[in-house]
Amino acid sequence: MKTIRMLAMAAAVPALAAAAQADTKIGMITTLSGGGAGLGVDVRDGFMLAIEQDGREGVEVVIEDDQRKPEAAVQIADRMIQSEKGDIMTGIIWSNLAMAVVPAATAQGVFYLSPNAGPSALAGKRCHQNYFNVAWQNDNLHEAAGAYANEAGLKNSFILAPNYPAGQDALTGYKRMYEGELAGEIYTKLGQTDYAAEIAQIRASGADSVYFFLPGGMGISFLKQYAGSGVDLPVVGPAFSFDQGILQAVGDAALGVKNTSQWNKDIDNEANAEFVASFQEKYGRLPSLYASQGFDTANLILSALDKAEPADQDAFRAALKAADFASVRGSFKFGDNHHPIQDIYVREVIKEGDVFTNKIIATGLKDHADAYGGECKM
Amino acid sequence: MTYILVLEQILNGLQLGVMLFLMAAGLTLVFGVMGLINLAHGSLYMVGAFAAAAVAGWTGSFLLALIASLAAAAAAGALMELVVIRRLYRRDHLDQVLATFALILIFSEGTRWLFGSFPLFLDVPSYLSGPVSLPGGIEYPLYRLTIILIGLGIAAGLFLLIARTRIGIQIRAGEADREMIAALGVDISKLYTLVFALGAALAGLAGALVGAIQSVQVGMGEPVLILAFVVIVIGGIGSIKGALAGALLVGMTDTLGGVFLPQLFALFLDPASAASAGASLASMLIYILMAAILLVRPSGLYGGSA
Repeated sequence: MKTIRMLAMAAAVPALAAAAQADTKIGMITTLSGGGAGLGVDVRDGFMLAIEQDGREGVEVVIEDDQRKPEAAVQIADRMIQSEKGDIMTGIIWSNLAMAVVPAATAQGVFYLSPNAGPSALAGKRCHQNYFNVAWQNDNLHEAAGAYANEAGLKNSFILAPNYPAGQDALTGYKRMYEGELAGEIYTKLGQTDYAAEIAQIRASGADSVYFFLPGGMGISFLKQYAGSGVDLPVVGPAFSFDQGILQAVGDAALGVKNTSQWNKDIDNEANAEFVASFQEKYGRLPSLYASQGFDTANLILSALDKAEPADQDAFRAALKAADFASVRGSFKFGDNHHPIQDIYVREVIKEGDVFTNKIIATGLKDHADAYGGECKM
Repeated sequence: MTYILVLEQILNGLQLGVMLFLMAAGLTLVFGVMGLINLAHGSLYMVGAFAAAAVAGWTGSFLLALIASLAAAAAAGALMELVVIRRLYRRDHLDQVLATFALILIFSEGTRWLFGSFPLFLDVPSYLSGPVSLPGGIEYPLYRLTIILIGLGIAAGLFLLIARTRIGIQIRAGEADREMIAALGVDISKLYTLVFALGAALAGLAGALVGAIQSVQVGMGEPVLILAFVVIVIGGIGSIKGALAGALLVGMTDTLGGVFLPQLFALFLDPASAASAGASLASMLIYILMAAILLVRPSGLYGGSA
């Protein structure tokens, strides 16, 4: 197992506060091997970029690979909490892993900041005062897509997603906003790579558009097969199937597709411009939305550390809740259930030179909060 | 439900079946002839896909990419046999599982080290892209049709190889009695390397063919490997005929079950829960099939009594 220890050793030491400050230990559990590794690598790289740019002393980040396996994630989390005494945890990409790790971690008094997964249960009935989601509640991007479908005049969507918590949240989210009819609704297997059967059903259904949530490699497979099938209905999706990491593997098949995201590299603010430039310089590739989420998560933690120590739980929690940092998304604040209230944009896949990327074409939902806040009793 | 949809799904099942056959053929030969459980067979599938993606990227030729996938996977397979697998024939299955599992990790991380964590691009060549119209008004992707034809062609070739050639006789003899054919003067270690490389090449070809319509990424082999094991257990371990029958059965069951079970459930459940319950049951279906077949024929459809 890969353990990367990063001690942020800053240069000169202004003696007063720093000497008294205890080390803050941040445990990052993310997917660094196997099929979903691209997402974890991006979150890690975004996160570490922010930590390095800040350069302060006394912040230690321990990074471990969960291999996208819930049992591995639980084991690592137990070790980080019990024997390594971590104060803050973060990093998990997949909702099924988050459901296995987060409730136990927060119950033991650890702060957990999610840079990606946002299962509905953790936003509603099982919310926790020490759990913050810095990315989105799972439904959010799909809700924006539903709203966009109405605006685009789509009346008969065929929708599909994998059969796991985030997949169910996805279709629920889309249906919450979408006002038209459904030509069909399919749950596929998680990790499925062949979509011939689903595409045949789409062809036979008489739909006028397709909405799909298939993150990572699943989306690449679907789009390539869809392009080859001769079905030419418009496709709408969340950013997860059109992020920077996979667009190059999809190629022309993705060109012109509309997708929804809370972030894009062309959001016009200073923090974002700096983030995109420095990420590109350090890693030699364009950042994805996952990288932006990792970057924001680290900066949120650092902003809270400026005000309080994690040991002083109430003060640290209040500092996190205030979200007093320069988000690359521009405006960013937390709702009462510690999930973001933010704008969600509609993007289009374009080609810049040789590189496939996205550009924002509209704002899908303004200051959007999730639908589960009411069920959360904190 | 139109008959066109049903026919199209049958073609899809057939296509999945022949792909599984390419994987399962090597697996079952290796197990039958050498008595070895090779968990790293999925890694050879991945090696084939990555080699194809790399060569297609350099040369732009899909045909060269396919040849590269065959060559790279066969070379990786032969190397694997010579360096590691050779030492495992006399050990028990647990040691073999452990060592070949280690090979999976080595191949996966090695591939990530060479190619990075992000999926590679490999596309269907333009002369094979797009749909064709089949008699009966079915629109079917030309590439998938090509895969079916290639798969069936290779199945026929393998039957001829096993049934009609000298190598085939040696392979069959090796399955029946290893010591005896060695005593008769057949160079058994060369035969083993050859069989292993042949199986590896087929897996690599499968990886390249499928990689063009799926995503070429680290870890792509393992889900297919699990299905391939189901196939050879259903078909009877060591039997090529069994591998073909098992592969087609699993391909059909998986495809048709995934499509029609949710629709069956929709007759008495609301659409959302029918979709979810149907999908869950459909993903179990091939294992239920395997259990049912093993109940009636404990050594698989074409398995010997050994």
